[in-house]
Amino acid sequence: MSAGTAPAGPHAGNEGRAAGHVSVRDGAIRLGRGEAAFDVVEDIDLDISGRQFVCILGPSGCGKSTLLGAVAGHLALSRGSVSLDGSAIAGPHPDRGIVFQQHTLFPWLSVIDNVAFGLKMKGIGRRERLERVRVLLAQVGLSDFSERYPAELSGGMQQRVEIARALINQPRVLLMDEPFGALDAQTRLTMQELLLDIWTQHQTTILFVTHDIDEALFLADRLIVMTPRPGRILDDIPLAFGRPRERGLITHPRFTAVKQRCLTLLQSAPGGVPLARLSPIGV
Amino acid sequence: MVPTLSGSTIETPRSLRAPHRRARRANILGALPRRISLGHLARRGLALALSLLAWHLAASSRLDLGLVTFRNVPTPAAAAQAAWALLHAPALPLHLGSSLVRVLSGFLAALGVGVALGLAIGRSQLARDLLLPPLEVLRPIPAVAWIPLAILMFPSSEMSMAFITFTGALFPILLNTVHGVESVHPRLMAAGRSLGAGDAAILREVILPGAAPSIVTGAAIGMGTAWFCLVTAEMISGQYGIGYFTWESYTLQNYDDIVVGMLLIGLLGMGSSLIVRWLGALATPWIGAGVQR
Repeated sequence: MSAGTAPAGPHAGNEGRAAGHVSVRDGAIRLGRGEAAFDVVEDIDLDISGRQFVCILGPSGCGKSTLLGAVAGHLALSRGSVSLDGSAIAGPHPDRGIVFQQHTLFPWLSVIDNVAFGLKMKGIGRRERLERVRVLLAQVGLSDFSERYPAELSGGMQQRVEIARALINQPRVLLMDEPFGALDAQTRLTMQELLLDIWTQHQTTILFVTHDIDEALFLADRLIVMTPRPGRILDDIPLAFGRPRERGLITHPRFTAVKQRCLTLLQSAPGGVPLARLSPIGV
Repeated sequence: MVPTLSGSTIETPRSLRAPHRRARRANILGALPRRISLGHLARRGLALALSLLAWHLAASSRLDLGLVTFRNVPTPAAAAQAAWALLHAPALPLHLGSSLVRVLSGFLAALGVGVALGLAIGRSQLARDLLLPPLEVLRPIPAVAWIPLAILMFPSSEMSMAFITFTGALFPILLNTVHGVESVHPRLMAAGRSLGAGDAAILREVILPGAAPSIVTGAAIGMGTAWFCLVTAEMISGQYGIGYFTWESYTLQNYDDIVVGMLLIGLLGMGSSLIVRWLGALATPWIGAGVQR
């Protein structure tokens, strides 16, 4: 079932692809107008090297989704700069795929046409589109559901489609905004493992926003901890747990030690009342 | 259950375990009232029968309530007789054909103009500021008030009549399209842009299908209002048309035929609205997908 051996796989040609190095310099984002405008995040300095799996952890309203929206190109920085592999980010681009928490699948397209959307935008013919989509659907375990409409799928299956739809464009960086936040605990674990498998195969940079400490520690190479109002980076923790990650990891003493450190950090975090949940496309 | 890379299995929602894919296809008639049981059907039939009975009693007893009188209203039997006569009249196909062409051309023009204007108004503040004020002024003008101008503005009376049905169908289609465009969530557009869609593709691939269900609703209402304006439109007509037939019967004091014409317009309007809904359901097969039935 592994597409790693299939030369026509959707990630064929990754060799020539730029690394996916994300860089934010002195970044700040202001949202709202006039009197109501406020700084959502400020003083953001961040360097994410290519193919790294980075989780941004923080309480609701700390601006982590907003920061993700700036990397996606849906929000503009009010100060500073954000770039991918050295080129400044000016707007949304399929090189930076995004997966939201709430469903954004097109309800009028079947699963296969949803995933093929990016290829259609590139002007690729229908036959080749469907061929490439089938490989990817097999990877996310949805081959049998390709003709369904999104409304006919469970929440977990919908998120699989979302991930496949972003990956079909071979993004240099995959941006994920609490993608599993609305799923039940069991499905969430399954999806985390699936995501790690996919990441191993596609070798893309992943920037993953979550407020779930276990999830962040289980997935990431590196953890960025943020504090609210205005959102700032509180700590930057490398995670040296081996890969592939096993489920047993979350009860390992080294894991619980880091988790304890994160809890202490988040509890001691300065800042006032957190903002209501923001989204990567603005308030 | 579907095996995945990690060897685990996908959760299969209960509703999918026994796939009833055909349900979706079979329910293209979903626009028609779903699941009408025999009891409901009997009740609806009874309602129609009771209405007929009330009509018969009022008309045959020449009921006079002071404010309203049935003294000159034909009985159902008289109307049925007139309908039977019309059914065998050689002019009937000509009446039906002329009316259908007028309503259909007015409706199709309204569909094109209404959807185009609706997309523009729903998408652009500039278009909204420029187009909405004049349209809001035009909207309350009744079809009958358009007759003189319609005659002056169009070279043929056929076009004048199509224009009057057009004015009836335009606003429901336009307003529903605007509503549909506004109901497309910004998140869907953001997702589209991140997948490489430019402005034109967003309009074609996201906004238009997103607004489609509302457009279908507007079209079904618009089809009804187009028929609504038919009698008005065919006041201009010299010879044929169901509306003309109805109007002429009035001027000739042929009261039985008036009722026949009225009922015919009602039935044709209802039937063509149903056809529009049915076509709309075919064009929006995702509506109702995943809903347990």
